[in-house]
Amino acid sequence: MDLGMLLEAIAYGLLSGGVYALIGVGLNLIFGVMKIINFAHGSFLMLGMYCTYWLSIFFNIDPYVSLIITIPFLFFIGIIIQKFLINPIIGYPEDNQLVLTMGVMLFLENIALFLWGPDFRTVKVSYAGTVFPLFNIRLNALRLIAFVGGLFLALILYIFLKKTDIGKAIRASSEEREGAYAVGINVKKIQLISFGIGTACAGAAGTLITPFFYISPTVGHLFLLTAFMVVVLGGMGSFFGAIFGGFIIGVMESLGAVIFPGSIGQIVPFSLFVIILLFKPKGLFMR
Amino acid sequence: MPEINMFRRVKLFIIYIVIIFCIFLGLPQLLSSYFLHVLILILYFSFLGSAWNILGGYAGQFSFGHSAFFGVGAYTSSLLYIKIGISPWIGMFIGGILAAILGGFIGYLTFRYKLRGAFFALSTFAFSEMLRIIALNWEFTGKAVGILIPLIQGGSLQHFQFLNKITYYYTILFMLLTIWLVQYSFDHFKFGYYLKAIREEEEAAGSLGINILKYKTIALIISGFFTALGGTFYAQYMFYIDPDITFGTNVTIEMIVRTMLGGAGTVFGPLIGSTIIELASEVMRSLLGEYKGLHMMFYAIILILVMIFFPNGMMGLLRGKKKEEQKGI
Repeated sequence: MDLGMLLEAIAYGLLSGGVYALIGVGLNLIFGVMKIINFAHGSFLMLGMYCTYWLSIFFNIDPYVSLIITIPFLFFIGIIIQKFLINPIIGYPEDNQLVLTMGVMLFLENIALFLWGPDFRTVKVSYAGTVFPLFNIRLNALRLIAFVGGLFLALILYIFLKKTDIGKAIRASSEEREGAYAVGINVKKIQLISFGIGTACAGAAGTLITPFFYISPTVGHLFLLTAFMVVVLGGMGSFFGAIFGGFIIGVMESLGAVIFPGSIGQIVPFSLFVIILLFKPKGLFMR
Repeated sequence: MPEINMFRRVKLFIIYIVIIFCIFLGLPQLLSSYFLHVLILILYFSFLGSAWNILGGYAGQFSFGHSAFFGVGAYTSSLLYIKIGISPWIGMFIGGILAAILGGFIGYLTFRYKLRGAFFALSTFAFSEMLRIIALNWEFTGKAVGILIPLIQGGSLQHFQFLNKITYYYTILFMLLTIWLVQYSFDHFKFGYYLKAIREEEEAAGSLGINILKYKTIALIISGFFTALGGTFYAQYMFYIDPDITFGTNVTIEMIVRTMLGGAGTVFGPLIGSTIIELASEVMRSLLGEYKGLHMMFYAIILILVMIFFPNGMMGLLRGKKKEEQKGI
């Protein structure tokens, strides 16, 4: 193994990190406002992928263009799930909330299995082979677009949270739910919007990886633990924490894959995750 | 509570167990081989659910990584059997002991650093994923191909292989009875009260002088031990294991779902949850045919509805308990 390989691994790790960041930001927003751990997050990503797939099959829509449909679609699904399923159990014991989101995950996975079968599907784009040279590393265009797209959407979300009234209300509800009520924020509405946005983030991330990843009903499982790792690493509820968490997990994963044979390298981020949980459960960047 | 009342409850409970056990003892005589298979699955999942229940229900520590123990049990007995010919009956207990050690390690580590709720769930999830990846990459465990248990002509009691399903049925029934008695003892001995106290109010339990770390870890050890026995039973019933089947999230989800559906922290909860799910999915299958995913969708819907309307599971409904008080806004 030489330095070039390591550098390339780090570069690709950062590229994955951009997508992980978007997934993590969505999960984090849901956690922040609702205080629930959403096991269905990976399934939302899967729905985003299928949405992109069918749009490209039936209407020949470019995967990246399909974002303008997948984002509102997933937002809508998120709102429905929040309104009818999550909302009734807010305030219940944590175990019940975990199991309910697991139920949502099982439902979404199996409706996908029922409707579209277990086959692995892929979306081909004409520019799949394009590479961008950066110093002496060759970066795959699709991975680069996913990275830029992920960070760009996260940035838009950040500006939304900082500048708009709804965004400010979301942050207020996330920090102090009772206080938000007291100053007259409609917390129920904010919870709906936040869950919708969180879901849309996962869906958008799904769309962004579709051109270079396979699609299957259970593909979400692969990203579920990753999403949790990103969020815990950066600190539950911290926006920038999730972004950095995404990069760290991405790089760890990709270095692990280069250094260790087979898929044993995946143990690297998991071990880091357990260590962080034990010693800094509030995240690396929180005191 | 008056002493006499307690005594009557104990007696009643024993009577329940004996009645249910007798029903199950007699059932195979009435059933065809297909229903016997369904019944075995019900008992098998009740057993696994009960094993999860010891930690998740009684001690209130929500594990999302019990497949780790399941896999350790399945792999230990199978590897000992195919590599050096040790009978799976013995391998079962060696696997159980290894899983108990793993449980002690995970428990000591996570509980020592006071991981709770979702954080505990996620750390157990990470441990089970690590074991899955090891099994997937290790030549010794057969990598992704998994392990095929070689069949013996005519079956063999010594090798835990039977031609007739009835023997499997009695095996899992006996295993389930054992775990029931263990849980029953929780309801009537100090250890169980400690666990309940920890579940209800950990700080208060600690300030009363209960060694929280010790009792939570013991609960995880017992729970892991039994889960591993279930793993061996699976391997010997299906004759095939691979990393995704044993260490994957599906086993864990099955254990949690059935227990929560029936009622966590109750002896018969897992049995009720398991019966509902197994019967419902068989009925769905016969009514709607073999559509992939359909009966699981149905299963997810039941789960969601029960979580929303009966947070204490079906046992809570039977006992007429009100919903847990709703905190927050």
